[in-house]
Amino acid sequence: MAYRLIGKNFTPPDIESKVTGAAKYAEDFRTDGMVHLKIFASPMPHAKIKSIDVSKAKAMPGVVGVLLPSEVKQPKDAGHAILSNYPVYVGQPIVAVAAETEQQAQDAVEKIRVDMEPLAFCTDPLESLKPSGPDANRSGNVANRKGVKLQKIKWSGKDFAIAGEDKLPMGKAATAWNYGDLEAGFKKAKLVVEESFVSSANAHHAMEPRSAAAYWANGKCHVYGSTQSSSFAVPSLAKYIGISPAKLNLVTEFCGGGFGGKAYSYPLMALPALMSKKLNGRPVMMRVSRGEEFLNGMARAAFQGWVKIGFAENGRILAVDSYVVQDNGATTGFWDYQNFGNAISIVFQPEAMRFRGIPVLTNTPPKGAQRGPGENQTANIMEPIIEKAAKKLGMDSLALRLANVPGRGGKNAKIGAKQGPVTSAYLREALESGAKKFDYEGRKKKAGKQADGKIRAVGIGEAYHAAGYNGWDGMVRITPDGKLHVHTGVGNLGTYSYASTSRVAAEVLGYDWNNVVIERGGSLKAMPFNIGQFGSNTSFTMTRTNYAAGMDAKNKLLEIGAMMMGGKSDDYELKNEKVVSKTGSKSINFAEAAKKAIELGGKFSAKEVDKDLKGLTKMAAKMIAGTGLIGVAKDKLPKKGTVPALSAAFIEIELDPETGRVDILDHLLISDVGQVLHPQGLEAQIRGGAVMGFGLAATERYIYDPAYGRPNATGFYQAKPPSYLDVPLQTDAGWVENVADKQNPVGAKGVGEPIQGAASSAYLAAVSNALDGHLFNRVPVVADMIVNVAAKMPQSNKPLQINCQ
Amino acid sequence: MVSLSINGRKRRVDVSPNETLAHTLRYKLGLTGTKIGCNRGECGACTVLADNTAIYSCSTLTHQASGQEITTVEGVAGKDGQLHPVQQAFIDELAPQCGFCTPGQVMSAVGLLKKNPKPSREQAARALSGNLCRCGAYEHYLNGVMRAAGRA
Repeated sequence: MAYRLIGKNFTPPDIESKVTGAAKYAEDFRTDGMVHLKIFASPMPHAKIKSIDVSKAKAMPGVVGVLLPSEVKQPKDAGHAILSNYPVYVGQPIVAVAAETEQQAQDAVEKIRVDMEPLAFCTDPLESLKPSGPDANRSGNVANRKGVKLQKIKWSGKDFAIAGEDKLPMGKAATAWNYGDLEAGFKKAKLVVEESFVSSANAHHAMEPRSAAAYWANGKCHVYGSTQSSSFAVPSLAKYIGISPAKLNLVTEFCGGGFGGKAYSYPLMALPALMSKKLNGRPVMMRVSRGEEFLNGMARAAFQGWVKIGFAENGRILAVDSYVVQDNGATTGFWDYQNFGNAISIVFQPEAMRFRGIPVLTNTPPKGAQRGPGENQTANIMEPIIEKAAKKLGMDSLALRLANVPGRGGKNAKIGAKQGPVTSAYLREALESGAKKFDYEGRKKKAGKQADGKIRAVGIGEAYHAAGYNGWDGMVRITPDGKLHVHTGVGNLGTYSYASTSRVAAEVLGYDWNNVVIERGGSLKAMPFNIGQFGSNTSFTMTRTNYAAGMDAKNKLLEIGAMMMGGKSDDYELKNEKVVSKTGSKSINFAEAAKKAIELGGKFSAKEVDKDLKGLTKMAAKMIAGTGLIGVAKDKLPKKGTVPALSAAFIEIELDPETGRVDILDHLLISDVGQVLHPQGLEAQIRGGAVMGFGLAATERYIYDPAYGRPNATGFYQAKPPSYLDVPLQTDAGWVENVADKQNPVGAKGVGEPIQGAASSAYLAAVSNALDGHLFNRVPVVADMIVNVAAKMPQSNKPLQINCQ
Repeated sequence: MVSLSINGRKRRVDVSPNETLAHTLRYKLGLTGTKIGCNRGECGACTVLADNTAIYSCSTLTHQASGQEITTVEGVAGKDGQLHPVQQAFIDELAPQCGFCTPGQVMSAVGLLKKNPKPSREQAARALSGNLCRCGAYEHYLNGVMRAAGRA
């Protein structure tokens, strides 16, 4: 379909402020009388607090306030505390101090004395599952925010003995599902592959630590926070602070990186607000350091797992059995492990499948969603196994993948335990067009040992993430000057999709983009209640909501046109920001219509709104009621099935067996995004996703000292996110052309997350191919692991060891 | 009290002996464009120019900066407000994503082009390699540097 704005490049309105330094992030907030907050954090991974003495700290120069765990609400079970009276990981905040300067606050923190009794701690989920293993929480060792209450589960000695050291033991699961006849599938299979594996945790390491500032004025709390989402973060932050959402002004204009770790609000964001309340509203700044960000921030969950796959002679996957033990961190975590099963089911469409999993608490920092949570770990484990299976079956590995991906456009595609439908799926097309563009066959022929001893290899990756929802609210306003204001609460993660999705409302109303203002970045901007900017969902979800709001405004414009010029709405259309009679004889401009809407009141200027709008949307509509023609509507467009974001990647590497160094010679990422909204923005996401993917595959990991439960990789130089010198300087970014998701009004869907998993899994598949199909069954694959394989030396870690070198 | 030359202006400011230039810029002089990402010389978000050489302001004591001409991201645009070619090129290439590392990337690129107006892509990558970007926008930043080369 031909669009004026959709699919075209544009300059996002906030980008200039980023290159001039004018963009204000949370820690850039300044005001007179501002005090600084610092934290006393737990030095122990798991402890009972016997007493807290802050008397010396209070007497230190400049100190204005101290906040104790007893003064904040303590969560139930494995919830994440703002200040904890029962620390469950090193670095967990216990006491907060505010002082005139940051140095004074830090000096006072040094004077705090906390008498703690160390408790048994756990950094390895399998250790916790042993009959007398340590529990990371006094009330249990298993919990997850999605459907798993805090409980104690121990496996028997027999479970461990049967498995031995190399295979994952598999006792009682917390989550399980299956479909099809698993046994018959394995019986029919020509080849059965069975592998145990480890996927390491890695920190999000957003460049902006989760600093925050807050003050109170006139009974309202104002918070400057670092979060990916705007309106979605309001109710949960208000709850942490203990106020109603109406009493909270959350400013979220910029977010210096989140990647899932700042999906919405989090306990630490509430701390300056609570301290400020104690100080009668005095502004409080909390600057979080890099080290604190590692400890109080979040990380991707680690896996210890097992998978068994049955292949038919033609490569078709007949059965998959799987088990994932998730390192859930110290709190309720995220449901990465549950996504393992879903990802396999959509990418490989197995005829029968069983998934079992258990999320085990460890005394390590809280785990949260990180780009492709669970799905990208799945890709990293599965794609090298697919390469191995192809070799054993004597098949080309691309052909093996094509034997299993959904049919064209997603024909007959099914997903998950219930084998539900998807809205569209063009992974087959991505693989086919990518192979051609990359000259996969030609490069494969050149693979092998080169004259200089290095080994050249190619690899393919595939990844998935659920990427779209429905039922959220959109709101637009045409003011008496004729401008269109798109109110969006989605957040500003840096993808510019807050803007590209706002263009849908402008497209519906036929607006010149220069006459559009995006209202965003704070509660005072009247943000409707939108889903947050996470899960690759913005493109699909927000195009629908902005379309719904745009259509509501369009209908109101046509009604007003009929009222002012006679006849019925059907007699009019929108052209050049005017309501024009279809005969072309009469017209009013949008500015006149907006003035009329204000005069009419009622639904036209949001004096009355639909009952089915969400509470925050009603609040936002009330803020702007009577100021223009207002389109405000819930997305009631039909939607059936999961929206799958899908990516494929092709890579060519050169591996030096003597040093373990891997150079990426060339790579192509090709994604299924439906209708492209913003080509340049999509290219930026593809390239950035690939960079993150190479870090996930090759360098980034948690390392914990098992003797003391202390982290050993809290800095960038230890955790090793990729730099300019670690990645190729050119990425071929592409997408499946001329396709659309038919359940989206403009055919769009998002793709930010699986790009990373496709890139990382292609890299790992290529490394495996370079080493004669060796399966590391461990991610990341670091240089010393490669050298060990090339030199036929044992690895330094045990097969299922976790949080280690 | 120390006298500093920041973006062509003399600024007298009261600083403690162990205060870093990043802290002085951000908390004493209101120049919050310079970001603190790690505060220990790992990420480059705090990059400024000292006598046209890119330095980490988080790892420079303010007292050391006395006598040098310090340029921050707020000081690279023209007096008429026209963006520096690097800034304009970063916009044209859609280089910033979250934007937190962008001021540091701008300053490293401006510093590079002052010394080497027409760098190769590899030279540019090396010059900017002290600036981490977790969004992974390296390629777009490099495209920006190459676009600005010769125009700065």
